Amino acid sequence: MPTASDIVLEAAGIEKSFPGVRALDGVALRVRAGRLVALLGENGAGKSTLMNILSGVYPPDAGTIRLDGREVRFANPREAQALGIGIVHQELNLVRYLSVAENIFLGREPLTVTGLIDYRKLHADTAAVLKRLDLAVAPGTLVADLRVGQQQVVEIARAVSAEARVLILDEPTSSLSAHEVEVLFGVIAELKSRGVAIIYITHKFEELARVCDDVTIMRDGRVVGEALLTELTRDAIVRQMAGREAKEVFQKSPAVLGSEILRADEITLPGEGAGRPFLVEKVSLSLRRGEVLGVFGLVGAGRTELLETLFGLHPERSTGRVSVNGQAVNFTSPRDAIAAGLALAPEDRKRDGLVLPMSVAANASLASLDRTLRGGLVSESREAAYITPYIERFRVKTPSLHQLIVNLSGGNQQKVILAKWLATSPKILLLDEPTRGIDVNAKREIYAFIDELARAGLGLVVVSSELPEILALSDRVMVLCEGRKTAEFSRADATPERVLHAALPDLAAIVS
Amino acid sequence: MSASKSAAFFARFRSLLALALMVLALCLLSDRFLTPDNGWNILRQISVNLCLSIGMTLVILSGGIDLSVGAILALSGAIAAGLLKHGIALPAFDVLLQFTTAGAIVAGLFVGAGLGWCNGVAITRFQLPPFVATLGMFSIARGLTMLWTGGFPITGLGSSFGEIGTGTFLSVPMPVWIMSVLVAIFVLVTRRLRFGRHLYAVGGNERAARLTGLHVNRIKIAVYTLAGALAGVAGLIVTSRLDSAQPNAGLGYELDSIAAVVIGGTSLSGGRGSVTGTVLGCLIIGVLNNGLFLLNVSPFWQQVIKGVVILLAVAIDKMNARGRDS
Ligand SMILES: Nc1ncnc2c1ncn2[C@@H]1O[C@H](COP(=O)(O)OP(=O)(O)OP(=O)(O)O)[C@@H](O)[C@H]1O
Ligand SMILES: [Mg+2]
Repeated sequence: MPTASDIVLEAAGIEKSFPGVRALDGVALRVRAGRLVALLGENGAGKSTLMNILSGVYPPDAGTIRLDGREVRFANPREAQALGIGIVHQELNLVRYLSVAENIFLGREPLTVTGLIDYRKLHADTAAVLKRLDLAVAPGTLVADLRVGQQQVVEIARAVSAEARVLILDEPTSSLSAHEVEVLFGVIAELKSRGVAIIYITHKFEELARVCDDVTIMRDGRVVGEALLTELTRDAIVRQMAGREAKEVFQKSPAVLGSEILRADEITLPGEGAGRPFLVEKVSLSLRRGEVLGVFGLVGAGRTELLETLFGLHPERSTGRVSVNGQAVNFTSPRDAIAAGLALAPEDRKRDGLVLPMSVAANASLASLDRTLRGGLVSESREAAYITPYIERFRVKTPSLHQLIVNLSGGNQQKVILAKWLATSPKILLLDEPTRGIDVNAKREIYAFIDELARAGLGLVVVSSELPEILALSDRVMVLCEGRKTAEFSRADATPERVLHAALPDLAAIVS
Repeated sequence: MSASKSAAFFARFRSLLALALMVLALCLLSDRFLTPDNGWNILRQISVNLCLSIGMTLVILSGGIDLSVGAILALSGAIAAGLLKHGIALPAFDVLLQFTTAGAIVAGLFVGAGLGWCNGVAITRFQLPPFVATLGMFSIARGLTMLWTGGFPITGLGSSFGEIGTGTFLSVPMPVWIMSVLVAIFVLVTRRLRFGRHLYAVGGNERAARLTGLHVNRIKIAVYTLAGALAGVAGLIVTSRLDSAQPNAGLGYELDSIAAVVIGGTSLSGGRGSVTGTVLGCLIIGVLNNGLFLLNVSPFWQQVIKGVVILLAVAIDKMNARGRDS
């Protein structure tokens, strides 16, 4: 049983307000050496804000932080780092046009006696950390050339290489492949055995059993529960997160299929530069009204690229035929695709979805602004009336529609992006990782909405790397592997084993 | 809570507050400051910079920059003046086209809009960074002005052309009318037109704007064309006021207008800011210039002080805007 003396980091009475939002309201958190505390809570509960305070990003309005029993105050992240607090933030914070090595040791570059950067040592040290994290890229690779998941591993490498005593991981696995997650769990176990204290934020409960010792649950800026993981059930956690009885689990309604609404034949997208010659290779698909087509594949299987190609984002490079409602179409830009009734909610919300300096309302209405005009002019009241149902449906937590979207929590930003595309009333909805970073309760709400849209006669394509999500939502499952379609299953035939089997590269040859 | 609320209030009205403080100080320091004449004087003096700065605001909101507005000002003014004074000979048809005042004005505006359009096309179709494209245009327009004028001013443009810069209507100077109408139009454009909203989106995240199906290239071309046309307006005002097109007109004006936009709280990284902010920025610079002149501060010191004001304005802005992404 852990004792009080194991406590490395202790926060008490932490308060933090932003204009219109009380983000933290007297929060206490204790982290013990060699143990991992999972911090759970709905989107906007205040988890990331607390971590930002513990790592020196902002000062708290009130409260104390003790490290080894001594009270500390951080003026900036550097001071927190110097005292042994490492953090992997929810959003990537890498310098895209510096190399992997330069990013990992940014601010801690090894120097030669003459004061220049010692590149030999820099690269050797980087190679060592990368090996520990099993990331097979050269230290000199530009970060911009990495996949998002690999970039995330670089972030983790940066925190791990600092040899922190307290390591904060804010949704570290949201864009990692299954293999990368396994490696991370290995590293976590090793760090724990060396006495590192870890704070781990996640919305994926299945991860808890693998790594977690203690659980702290937050709701609306307060801590509402603290326990050993072994003392809790999944239901109890969900209940405490939501503060009310959890709703029943999601039940998909039987599909009523209509005519074919989208058809794609032999979609091919050649790669650029090094890497695979084809990002998408001769993939065909057909989608009917009222149908949900799940697309499963490991990270890098070409799922995002397939959706982007369908959406007219790569007109110069891609080949293949697409028809909508039986009519051949040739989209030369997303604009054409939108006009034909398509919508794509993108995977990388910060890069492709959010206009950070704009308000929640302006982001949500951006794709359907035409419908909210009054006499040809932008009307804030009409705009608000038009998007409020979507914002409420997903329970986006924001003090007002005028709040800048940059100030929302990660999961709430994601909900606004979904709302933006649903508000276009599309005929064909392409969803790329729709529930990334979204809490369990909101997830169920989104599943129910997808189901409702299908019943209303839309065709939906849902891409996800979470197998349970694909299996729960889809009428049909298509599996991609290394840019090719390796299998397709009806809902009844789609067992986890079969789908996974088809998604694994070395087996793909046998299946196809 | 109340601390952060007052901080938000302060951030919002920061420029207004700065302006009020300056006006107050100048009232105390100089008895020539708070007179109706001096008031009109200030407004007339800022009209040129404000025309340029409205265009610059649009450009900066879209995530770009325009270094060519001063040069376009000079060329539009020179062309309008030249056409008015000498007309243009078309040897192929063996005719000399004479221009009326209205014709010359339209021609000047067309030159401005046309050069701005070229900027937009260079930036979108040929993917040149705005800094580079408009730097090129700066040099081209300066060169063309010299070629057109031969390096000499074109003077004696007639009283009807002089009305633009020196006339009054309902006892308000024409330049003040022009600038007020333009401000009203562009406040409406940025706040209430779909184009305005799209402009903010393009500047805030161009990739997301494209994925949302916005006409990103068309929007950008429109923005640079408008900036050019507004530089044309400024060129006509300057030329008319002096009754002469100076080959070196508008030298360095692009920097003054960038300063006004930035002091007005518009972010150079795009997507954040407003035309009303820019109006305040222009007023602050105008009042500052006027006050320093009235107080007999040497022109050299005036420049230093102006620089300090720009730095202070932006520094305060940054302190307030420290959000999660900074
Ligand atoms: N800089 C800021 N300005 C204004 N409000 C903020 C700011 N940062 C956070 N908030 C608000 O504080 C609350 C808590 O946000 P936080 O990011 O900590 O949530 P979270 O628990 O990490 O959620 P998620 O699971 O979605 O990541 C939210 O309501 C958010 O809108
Ligand atoms: Mg968060």
